Amino acid sequence: MELKRVVVTGLGAFTPIGKTIDEYWNNLVQGVSGAAPITRFDATHFKSKFACEVKDYNPNDYFDRKEARKLDMFAQFAMIAAEQAFQDARIDTQAIDQDMAGVIWGAGIGGIITFLNETRSFVKNNEVPRFNPFFIPKMISDIAAGHISMKYGFRGPNYGTVSACASSTHAIGNAFDLIRLGKAKMFITGGSEAAINEAGVGGFNAMQAISTRNDDPTTASRPFDKGRDGFVMGEGAGSLVLEEYEHAVKRGAKIYCEVVGTGMTADAHHLTAPHPQGLGAQKVMANALKDGNIKPEEVDYINVHGTSTPLGDIAEPLAIQKVFGDHAYKLNISSTKSMTGHLLGAAGAVESIASILAIKNGIVPPTINHFEDDPEIDSKLNFTFNKAQERSVKVALSNTFGFGGHNASVVFKALD
Amino acid sequence: MSDIASRVKAIIVDKLGVDETEVTNEASFTNDLGADSLDTVELIMEFEKEFNIAIPDDQAENIGTVGDAIAYIEENAK
Repeated sequence: MELKRVVVTGLGAFTPIGKTIDEYWNNLVQGVSGAAPITRFDATHFKSKFACEVKDYNPNDYFDRKEARKLDMFAQFAMIAAEQAFQDARIDTQAIDQDMAGVIWGAGIGGIITFLNETRSFVKNNEVPRFNPFFIPKMISDIAAGHISMKYGFRGPNYGTVSACASSTHAIGNAFDLIRLGKAKMFITGGSEAAINEAGVGGFNAMQAISTRNDDPTTASRPFDKGRDGFVMGEGAGSLVLEEYEHAVKRGAKIYCEVVGTGMTADAHHLTAPHPQGLGAQKVMANALKDGNIKPEEVDYINVHGTSTPLGDIAEPLAIQKVFGDHAYKLNISSTKSMTGHLLGAAGAVESIASILAIKNGIVPPTINHFEDDPEIDSKLNFTFNKAQERSVKVALSNTFGFGGHNASVVFKALD
Repeated sequence: MSDIASRVKAIIVDKLGVDETEVTNEASFTNDLGADSLDTVELIMEFEKEFNIAIPDDQAENIGTVGDAIAYIEENAK
């Protein structure tokens, strides 16, 4: 069976450093940090008092009051980014076969804000069970895919992917595969997360996973720097319209690039720590390249997972050196989490978008906040520290790794 | 309008996001005011909370219009 070609025809981003694709990209290239003191709740007693929030977010700017009340913030972010991608792709729902249009959406956690609020009122009401009837349908992490399908009448494959910080890369990979197999013509895919609340920050603090650099939030996310002390929580959403190539050409769609390969593996090693040599990471990159029939030397840019955690930032460069050999020193590497923070289930989507725009614009966004080399990380690798670099990017790889040992990578290629 | 009626209508306006003028006594939650089954459950819960009453499920099934709700509450609120 001949596999179909798959292209990207629409993008949407709602992030801590920009609420549109243009704003997001400009701030990526300029090296803007999205970190600031937490405004969503009183973080006085929390070890981390800052995060990368979507700035000045007011749901009433996007939804009527009734609609907003039925959507957890993670689903609100999903709807906003999906609408941008849908508009960008100029889809006429009357002119497409809606049975062949699907939605696959990643969220690592889902409606944790709703869960905490409902649990609080349960406890406050002496544990008399008076849960809101929208509690469950607001909280469950697949619901974003459901809402998006209802808005656009997309009746094709529809579900959520959950693999912590790899969730939306799995979503993109699944959408890509289903189009390749001829099971759908297009997808709205991507991911969203909104976990900056007491439970999210407190939970990650307890794991000692997030930075506590409270005196200097904007430099806290410093992937590959010697002084890194954990990731910075982010929130938001990224959305992509993936489409069968012939279908896109036929309707005269603008094409950003091609999706050529995807890899999915597990470390099968530890709950939260990466394999020390990045075995799962090696395998996932190698699989993605093989799937896309791409030689390692063809890759110009890797948007790495690079979360700014002590162990993860050592294992991933080792894996890159194993897979790419000498070419590891010729390609550009960057962690855009240095600017956006870690969007968890939305990370794969917003970082895939950064990779796609690097191809489109011939610019590699930087890894900001580099102050001091870590002797455990090969400083001859080009991490694109502190300043964006112009470079013709034909092939870009985006990596994401999630707690649980889930690894997912996707390869984008300029259209021939 | 009685105090109970105005409080009932305020809840409906708030929860269903409808205009006050639409909330007539004859208006049906599902047919006229766009409520689905979950909205209706939520409304009943809000009435219970606002008026400190318990509306059993078999009674709640009979509350289909704004007027039904006002009548039930006027009869049962302490």
